[in-house]
Amino acid sequence: MTVSHALPETTAKPATEVLRPHAEDAFAAELAALAAQDDRPRPERWRLSPRAVSTYLLGGTLPDGTVISPKYVGPRRIVEVAVTTLATDRALLLLGVPGTAKTWVSEHLAAAVSGDSTLLVQGTAGTPEEAIRYGWNYAQLLAHGPSRGALVPSPVMRAMSEGLTARVEELTRIPADVQDSLITILSEKTLPVPELGEEIQAVPGFNVIATANDRDRGVNDLSSALRRRFNTVVLPLPATPEAEVEIVSRRVDQIGRSLGLPVETDGMSEIHRVVTVFRELRDGVTTDGRTKLKSPSGTLSTAEAISVVTNGLALATHFGDGMLRPADVAAGILGAVVRDPAADRVIWQEYVETVVRERDGWKDFYRACREVTV
Amino acid sequence: MTTPAARPPERAAQEGPAAPSASPGRGPLLLGVRHHGPGSARGVLAALDAAGPRAVLIEGPPEADALAALAGDPAMRPPVALLAHAVDDPGRAAFWPLAAFSPEWGALRWAALHDVPVRFIDLPAAHSLALADEPDGPDGPLAVDGEGHEGPKGHDSQEGHGEPAEPNDRRGEDGESAQGAEDAEGLRVDPIAALARAAGYDDPERWWEDAVEHRGSGADPFAPFEAVGEAMTALRERYGDGGRRHDLVREAHMRGRLRAARKEFGDFADGGGVAVVCGAWHVPALLAKTTATADRALLKGLPKVKAELTWVPWTHRRLARRSGYGAGIDSPGWYGHLFEAPDRPVERWMTKVAGLLRDEDRTVSSAHVIEAVRLAHGLAAMRGRPLAGLTETIDAVRAVMCDGSDVPLSLISDRLIVGEALGEVPESAPAVPLQRDLARQQRTLRLKPEALERELDLDLRKDTDGARSTLLHRLRLLGIGWGEPAAGRANAGTFRETWRLRWEPELSVRVAEAGIWGTTVLGAATARAEAAAASATALADVTVLAEQCLLAALPEALPVVMRALAERAALDADVAHLAQALPALARSLRYGDVRGTDTAALGEVARALTERICVGLPPACTGLDTDGAEAMRGHLDAVHAAIALLRPAGDEPDDGLPGRWAAVLTRLAERDSVPGVIRGRAARLLLDEGRLADGDAARLMGLALSPGTPPQDAAAWIEGFVGGTSGGGMLLVHDERLLALVDGWLSGVPAAAFTDVLPLLRRTFSAYEPGVRRTLGERVRRGPATGAAAPEGTSVAGFAAGQDPERADAMVPLVALLLGRVPAGRVPQSPGPATAASATTTVAVAAAAAPALAGAPGARTPQEDP
Repeated sequence: MTVSHALPETTAKPATEVLRPHAEDAFAAELAALAAQDDRPRPERWRLSPRAVSTYLLGGTLPDGTVISPKYVGPRRIVEVAVTTLATDRALLLLGVPGTAKTWVSEHLAAAVSGDSTLLVQGTAGTPEEAIRYGWNYAQLLAHGPSRGALVPSPVMRAMSEGLTARVEELTRIPADVQDSLITILSEKTLPVPELGEEIQAVPGFNVIATANDRDRGVNDLSSALRRRFNTVVLPLPATPEAEVEIVSRRVDQIGRSLGLPVETDGMSEIHRVVTVFRELRDGVTTDGRTKLKSPSGTLSTAEAISVVTNGLALATHFGDGMLRPADVAAGILGAVVRDPAADRVIWQEYVETVVRERDGWKDFYRACREVTV
Repeated sequence: MTTPAARPPERAAQEGPAAPSASPGRGPLLLGVRHHGPGSARGVLAALDAAGPRAVLIEGPPEADALAALAGDPAMRPPVALLAHAVDDPGRAAFWPLAAFSPEWGALRWAALHDVPVRFIDLPAAHSLALADEPDGPDGPLAVDGEGHEGPKGHDSQEGHGEPAEPNDRRGEDGESAQGAEDAEGLRVDPIAALARAAGYDDPERWWEDAVEHRGSGADPFAPFEAVGEAMTALRERYGDGGRRHDLVREAHMRGRLRAARKEFGDFADGGGVAVVCGAWHVPALLAKTTATADRALLKGLPKVKAELTWVPWTHRRLARRSGYGAGIDSPGWYGHLFEAPDRPVERWMTKVAGLLRDEDRTVSSAHVIEAVRLAHGLAAMRGRPLAGLTETIDAVRAVMCDGSDVPLSLISDRLIVGEALGEVPESAPAVPLQRDLARQQRTLRLKPEALERELDLDLRKDTDGARSTLLHRLRLLGIGWGEPAAGRANAGTFRETWRLRWEPELSVRVAEAGIWGTTVLGAATARAEAAAASATALADVTVLAEQCLLAALPEALPVVMRALAERAALDADVAHLAQALPALARSLRYGDVRGTDTAALGEVARALTERICVGLPPACTGLDTDGAEAMRGHLDAVHAAIALLRPAGDEPDDGLPGRWAAVLTRLAERDSVPGVIRGRAARLLLDEGRLADGDAARLMGLALSPGTPPQDAAAWIEGFVGGTSGGGMLLVHDERLLALVDGWLSGVPAAAFTDVLPLLRRTFSAYEPGVRRTLGERVRRGPATGAAAPEGTSVAGFAAGQDPERADAMVPLVALLLGRVPAGRVPQSPGPATAASATTTVAVAAAAAPALAGAPGARTPQEDP
């Protein structure tokens, strides 16, 4: 998901045939301009200097007036740490709840550093070791025996031999034994091929960017041996309520249109309310900063807020009067908040009784919450 | 003198004649520093070593000259602070904190070590304390010293010493001090910010770190000071006094002291020489060409108070800006490290961090340290800084050692970046003002410290006694255990207190230690309470603190404590903790009433707490073992009593709390998964509240004692319902239906199970008074016939078939008297419904009297709440 911080691709070339061009194609002009005016030292096989990479991500204006659009809106510190990590040949692990633009950032980092964001391993529960090391072309293998010609290199292997940046998506979904095959690659920078009696040694410029979801517990936690090979950067949720409301309403608008739901503007206040509830419970403190709250076990990410509002919109359209009402979102919020029936329910009730009840203009919502809760 | 000694004169020569009387080449050694800058401190030491002056002049109140020697005392350990206070008003005070890495401290220590006299040259505290009181007239030169002594403003208020950034507020960039805004007119120039802007930095702090603090000492110890001096000269040419006109007065005084010192100690060229350590901003002013007469004219007619100075211990936490004491540095621990580390500061720092994390059971290997150092250096290079600073190291630690999490970082920030260093001051330092303030109060309250133990009875309704109680409570808060509250004879009334007093000699030491918290008893107790609230971990601790704040009359600390209380309550998932906290709160509310304090905030918190208990209690009451159930029953009683006290004040509408609480009790009483003792207790509380419909108690008891229930559970229910000292025996005596149920159940318990329930039953019934036990026995002996004869009839033994309104009416005046009020008056405040109704003998009467006591607690209708 690249919902929250991703900006529309302003300079995207519509000319391409594909639905969604790669970052290095979409922003080719910006990358070229940066490279042309980059006078700082570049690590070996890097297309840009670290400073220029962070400018590419955060946006800015070049000396010649070229405007670089911001790809990521968030703390500068995060981008700087991420880029420096890659420059110090440590692997980079991007953590965050769903909807914090992890994949988006990793794609653009790879595009800016190596000019190639396609060396991608998508992590799933079924990702085999071959996806990270190498596989065999069995026809070749049977016909000619083990040889370089029969070897099918993985994206990681290609990145090693060409000095590029490899990306591993959803690292924690990959089974633990498969994850572990990364350890040698990251620490020894080498990939033995015992069948051929040789090895692939990484050349300078090689590095790995992995992304992982830090709220989905119980998948395949990283072993500490692997974790030690990564520098970890946590991508935060949107910093301000306004930004989050903006993101939610834009996405709701898009999704609503694709589902054929009439989008009415009066829903804004309800969206605002959903975002407020989510933020308050997530942060464990009310927006006025005066009351602390317990946080439920759910993530309450921006992505969930979007689905709550979309869901409410569908309810309002098909079963209500077409206006998004408190009652339409209350049940959705309850579902998102109460993940653990015992503990979360108490937290939710406490929240409703101590915060929602007291708030001006929230009477309808309070009533709706009471209705769905009891 | 060795070769470098020749340098200071050269400097002076470059920058023009240092003073009118001195010929070029004979000026003093001027060391312009940033206060609390470790790089500056190191530079000062190197320069002093190289030049070897005969006297050291330091920016600070001259009254402290006599105290300077104490810096050499081995018992003196920084961080410490020079404390100046007005003799007749200890609340008016100012602090000059010094840490180990402060250049001034380095200079003091150097002077002590080399047996060289120290002179403080700033405006005397006598003036600055007095000036702080004056309205800063826009046209006078004596406006409040933005950089200095703003402390002495509030009398007896925490601000007195809470605010002052004090001269030590990084005077290198004087304008930094937040108090700048204080200065109504004139633009405040932040010299460092101006220089940083010129160098292309947007953060002045960082520029100074990069340009000065992080620079290793070069070959020439004087070069950095020359450069800073030149930069400041350029700035002052451009900005003049930078909007701080009072500085002119201070600088005039400094020049005067410098002249005198040069006369006394001579110049370097004569084999003498003085060195001046002052804020870089003042360097050009000390070089300025003015006449002694002009300077004296500026200093004429300054207001004056009698001031005294002493050393007090300080802490790193208090040096940090956010603590509110505002010495103005965010990271004293980091600065201390920079100053102490002989080399490779980043590597050493990372090792320290790793050590701390390991102590907290996080696995941090040497490889982590290596990678963190590499990342920090990489970040510094990318950001174009000469050396990894605090931001780089924090970023690196977060990414490498903390898995990107901020949680361990806050620990690092607390323990290392701020640090826990606590200073020490030798006993020979003069007495702290707190001691004086205490002595003064002891005099006015005629409460002499005596070594002999004695008891003191206080009637809080009298002014003097009230003030005495307040003082004793405040001292207790400060850990000065002069008086301990004792259970007095007349402890029944809330307006009486009994204290046991005894003054131990060691208490003087405690007073001195408590001086760290403030200069007056009130201020110190407030600061102490606030700090305790911030660091308290258990909810109950904070509630006790809130109670103490009320007793000690610390209205200013109360909001802080309340905030801490609300936060702890919100985050505490254990209902038992909440339940423990509530009674103290309810008590505090009542004390507040007695003493006339505003307890609105307290009531709010208490009500919020009750809400949380109402939500959390039912789930918490399931799945408990016997001990847990017993404990929870105690909580239930305590909360019930507390809620009775939490009646909305005055005309506020009933906020439904009692109703909600009753709903909770009903749920508890009816839910099977709740242990018997709690169910029984809940049923009983409901009965006492008059919230059980007629016959409901019997129905509940019947359910609990029905044959299907395990005898153990049923016995526990009985214990909960009529056990303990809650007058349950009388209930059984007077309600034969209930007695018959108990009796019937008991006869039906199988022989095998009987021995199991016997201990519990014995406990229940043995707590009754002998008279009650006898009556019960008689009733039971008379047989179940009575109970069985009229099981559903309204006629109960000992009572008429129906109510006799006339006889009931006759009781009304008596009941009203018992409730402490005139008939037909308004609702009584304190005797809650529980008190009125729980005496079971009066239940019937109270019910009968209810119409007459319209609006009385007993007459409340059950809430419609679910």
